[in-house]
Amino acid sequence: MKITQISVFLENRKGRLSQVCSMLGQAGINIRALTIAETESFGVLRMVVDKPSEAADLFRKNGITANQTAVVAAEVPDKPGGLAEVLKTLSDSDVNVEYMYGFVEKHSENALLVFRFDNPELAARILRENGLKVIDEKGIQGL
Amino acid sequence: MIWNESIETMSLEDLKNIQSDHLTQLCRYVYENCPAYKQKFDAHSISLSDINSIDDIVKLPFTTKMDMRDNYPFGLFSRPRTDLVEIHVSSGTTGNPTLVGYTRDDISLWSEVMARTLCCAGAEPDDTVQIAYGYGLFTGGLGFHYGALEMGLTIIPTSSGQTKRQLKIMQDFKPRILCCTPSYCLYMAEEAKELGIDPRSASWYIGIFGAEPWSEAMRGEIEAAWNMLATDVYGLSEIIGPGVSQECTYKEGLHIYSDVFYPEIIDPETGQAVAEGEDGELVVTTLTKQGIPLIRYRTRDIVSMTTEPCKCGRTSPRVSKIKGRTDDMIVVRGINVFPSQIEHVLLGIEGTQPHYQIVIDRAAHKLDQVEIMVEVDEKIFSDEIKQMSALSAKIKKEIEAVLSIGVKVHLVEPKTIERSMGKSKRVVDKRSL
Repeated sequence: MKITQISVFLENRKGRLSQVCSMLGQAGINIRALTIAETESFGVLRMVVDKPSEAADLFRKNGITANQTAVVAAEVPDKPGGLAEVLKTLSDSDVNVEYMYGFVEKHSENALLVFRFDNPELAARILRENGLKVIDEKGIQGL
Repeated sequence: MIWNESIETMSLEDLKNIQSDHLTQLCRYVYENCPAYKQKFDAHSISLSDINSIDDIVKLPFTTKMDMRDNYPFGLFSRPRTDLVEIHVSSGTTGNPTLVGYTRDDISLWSEVMARTLCCAGAEPDDTVQIAYGYGLFTGGLGFHYGALEMGLTIIPTSSGQTKRQLKIMQDFKPRILCCTPSYCLYMAEEAKELGIDPRSASWYIGIFGAEPWSEAMRGEIEAAWNMLATDVYGLSEIIGPGVSQECTYKEGLHIYSDVFYPEIIDPETGQAVAEGEDGELVVTTLTKQGIPLIRYRTRDIVSMTTEPCKCGRTSPRVSKIKGRTDDMIVVRGINVFPSQIEHVLLGIEGTQPHYQIVIDRAAHKLDQVEIMVEVDEKIFSDEIKQMSALSAKIKKEIEAVLSIGVKVHLVEPKTIERSMGKSKRVVDKRSL
């Protein structure tokens, strides 16, 4: 129940993010969720797109450093304490969240979040066992 | 004053006779005492009877940095280790460093040429000298120390760094002479201003600057900042350390002590001598050294030379400031840096492709800054910032360990480093030398 995240290495330069996004746009690839982690001199753009393998090919062809990582997308109740509950479940099971971010759109009544875990298989199973809905690749395309 | 007037003002004819005698003796000496040289002579079918005058030097093969590395540690020495009283080591390009060693007589020679150097710059026997070159394996500090001791100056061996203390010592003891790298001298001027000290009121009247290339513009800046005379010193550890040549107060080229360090200027491609005054590679033969004498050592420094007499009365030829290098070595804060050293480190870090660039800048603080740009490819890229930061820190740590100077590491996108003819440009030197 993992999905693919595409990460791109970006230098902190003017217009760089816009170039990468328009490259995806021209190729008809839609960004579903996105976050940027930055340091003083470089950043890492992480995103979930509707066509991950096409996006990876596109970046490779254009000489952009990118990789694919397995992440887990799960529905989290959109109410106060909703996320806290999910995180507690994970930490009780000794699962560590490397980072997380939200989808652009809401999924049904719940918020849809992307989690990066050390062990995505285990984490997805724990989430499901605790009654949370984990979205697969097909589910992403159907958004 | 001229330290060794009889030698330093000798007629060119007498000088040539001395050089011829020395060369004949030197060839016999290395042939009999250094198996590596014996082999080199035999391989070039050189018989000792072929060498009768200094003009015969062109028959002899060159010695290169590679010879020093191949024969590391003691293979190029003509004396056993037990005869050496001091050894110095400089960082090597890859693998072995360069080792040099001195017998007691070699130290006397070093003291002599450094006393000549100090006098050439204008030192007087009553002077106090602040030696802010590094003491240690680097030859700068101790070379000046021996010369000043020979001259009987009062030495303040501050070594490099600790700028505040350098300035306090200058104010308290009023040395007239400062020896350090030119960039450090400018750096100290900035520090002085910040501490509320007017550099123009400093006691330093003469500066002897070297160990890195510097320009006439930088000389102007130093002289204006400190109200001092800024002179250039040249040397390399393979030959002796500092004390191969030095500018006199007329600042019209560096007097090379050709009675002991015989200079030739050659075309680095053909190995043939260039016409007087033309640019070429400086090649030096140590005519009288004992521990590790070198024959026709290729310095890889590009200079020009003139034998015209100088207004100061010294008859030794004068060599220009360094105009360039025949290899890609760069000198940063007195440290030799070879791009291959950085390549080596990057290759050693698993998966790292050696697409890198070294950017050297002499920014506002006047000390050279080294930045290493490393292209990030898929193999080393991670979506986790902590991994990327750890990689950057690892590269920095390993490069600093090899170079012994602080560097900044920048991870950059692929193909951002300028390539010419498919080959990346390894070094961008933004310093105005």
